[in-house]
Amino acid sequence: MTHALEIEGLIKTYGDGFEALKGIDLHVAEGDFFALLGPNGAGKSTTLGIVCSLVNKSAGKVRVFGKDIDTHLSDAKLNLGVVPQEFNFNQFEKVFDIVTTQAGYYGIPLKQASVSAEKYLKKLGLWEKRDTPARMLSGGMKRRLMIARALVHEPKLLILDEPTAGVDIELRRSMWVFLEEMNRQGTTIILTTHYLEEAEALCRNIAIIDHGRILKNTSKKDLLQELSVETFVLDTASPLASAPELAGFATRIDGEGALEVDVLKGQGLNQVFVQLDKLDIKVVSMRTKANRLEELFVRMVEENAEESKNSLEGVA
Amino acid sequence: MRTQALATAFNTIVTREIRRFTRIWAQTLLPPAVTMTLYFIIFGNLIGSRIGQMGGFDYMAFIVPGLIMMAVITNSYANVVSSFFSMKFQRSIEELLVSPVPNWVILAGYVCGGMARGLGIGLIVTLLSLAFTSLTIHSLPMMVVTVFLTSALFSLGGFINAMLATKFDDISIVPTFVLTPLTYLGGVFYSIDMLPEFWQGVSMANPILYMVNGFRFGILGVSDVNPFVSLGMILVFISLLAFIALKMLARGKGIRH
Repeated sequence: MTHALEIEGLIKTYGDGFEALKGIDLHVAEGDFFALLGPNGAGKSTTLGIVCSLVNKSAGKVRVFGKDIDTHLSDAKLNLGVVPQEFNFNQFEKVFDIVTTQAGYYGIPLKQASVSAEKYLKKLGLWEKRDTPARMLSGGMKRRLMIARALVHEPKLLILDEPTAGVDIELRRSMWVFLEEMNRQGTTIILTTHYLEEAEALCRNIAIIDHGRILKNTSKKDLLQELSVETFVLDTASPLASAPELAGFATRIDGEGALEVDVLKGQGLNQVFVQLDKLDIKVVSMRTKANRLEELFVRMVEENAEESKNSLEGVA
Repeated sequence: MRTQALATAFNTIVTREIRRFTRIWAQTLLPPAVTMTLYFIIFGNLIGSRIGQMGGFDYMAFIVPGLIMMAVITNSYANVVSSFFSMKFQRSIEELLVSPVPNWVILAGYVCGGMARGLGIGLIVTLLSLAFTSLTIHSLPMMVVTVFLTSALFSLGGFINAMLATKFDDISIVPTFVLTPLTYLGGVFYSIDMLPEFWQGVSMANPILYMVNGFRFGILGVSDVNPFVSLGMILVFISLLAFIALKMLARGKGIRH
């Protein structure tokens, strides 16, 4: 299998001695839609920063489509497109100039760059703003500008660091559609996000990182299998005075009067509805209490924090 | 990257630099033109008419090469230091760092951008000087080579300053406390023959003296120092600063974590 990204034993220790990465191993297959998840300060941006040459690594190997960044940096970079977390373009430049200038850095002549810039600015709904200085754009437009800039040289691997941070729901959904289309057309995508529903909706494989270590690296399907309990919130036609007793399911009434039901892995929801029907309780709508991935994520990070605490206590 | 791609990347950096300083022409092109015109009027015309001759020429004709060089030096330096530091500050330098452009092309692009502004303003000042005096060129090759190399040298200086700078104050310290005194004491307004022997010796340690005099030799044919020594010194400094700048880029000094 060809790998879009291979990371082996990646270590980053900053000048002040802080160990941001403690030996990361990560493999992302070509064509994958991959999420790197973790709490703030976990090492996500440092990892991606090293891949993109914005951060110097302390040790380890990084290869992009087989090109080692130590020995074939230019070749590795040719395959990469990067959308950073923070706006990092010249606010005084015009939208079109920002995109074509980026293409120029990749050795693409202006004529060809203009065609590519037009293509992506149109796809991302920015063509009408092409002569507008970047500082005049809205936050959502600036995010889309960074995506257009990252794609102008048609990279095989697109890295997005929190691409939809601060973007309204409608725009976020339209960006998901766009990214899914890019992925279908063959672009490998790696993203970090705090919106776990985003990772759940888009990604096929997920790695969870915390305190500079990979806690989990598996397919989304396998990861969600690990979820042992899922809580569903049921809105009933008539308010319930107390939680009904359902055989095999824990139930309670939440603060807004809705019925919460815990469903264990392997249990079917049918049994819930059969029992509610017998009790003449009519359900009008249903939703999961929390995003499934979010539950797993929180649990893993909490377990890791507990382990770190225990090991520190052991040392002390 | 292939040669053609490298050339495109280089052109892109230079074009962006020229676009930047022409977009803000009121901050970059106009002030030196106004300042130098005032120098010509006050020092050249009003005061110069009472000074008489210097180095065998009217005072106005004597100071013109120095003033052109002063404009070239300050503007070459200022362009690179402010442009590169602004990119660091806005983090738009990351656009370049994630791209496959080699460090030497980045450096060459910025230096040529600085030279474009420095030499462009040098040309504007030269044209303005023609309103006050007539210029006869003694050695065109010497004049051109000296001004091009000097512009490249100070563009390199501006680049290193920008890499080391961590705040806006840091990019004004060197121009204010180093470049301006050295330029004023570098024989722009006087011949070092006028100085006592001790201060003549001290002046010889000022690298800008060699550049001003090399350029003056190209125009007037007079110089306080051997013009070929000037060229040699400029080349040595260019090599040294280019080496330092490339080392800093390779280490990512101030631009990579």
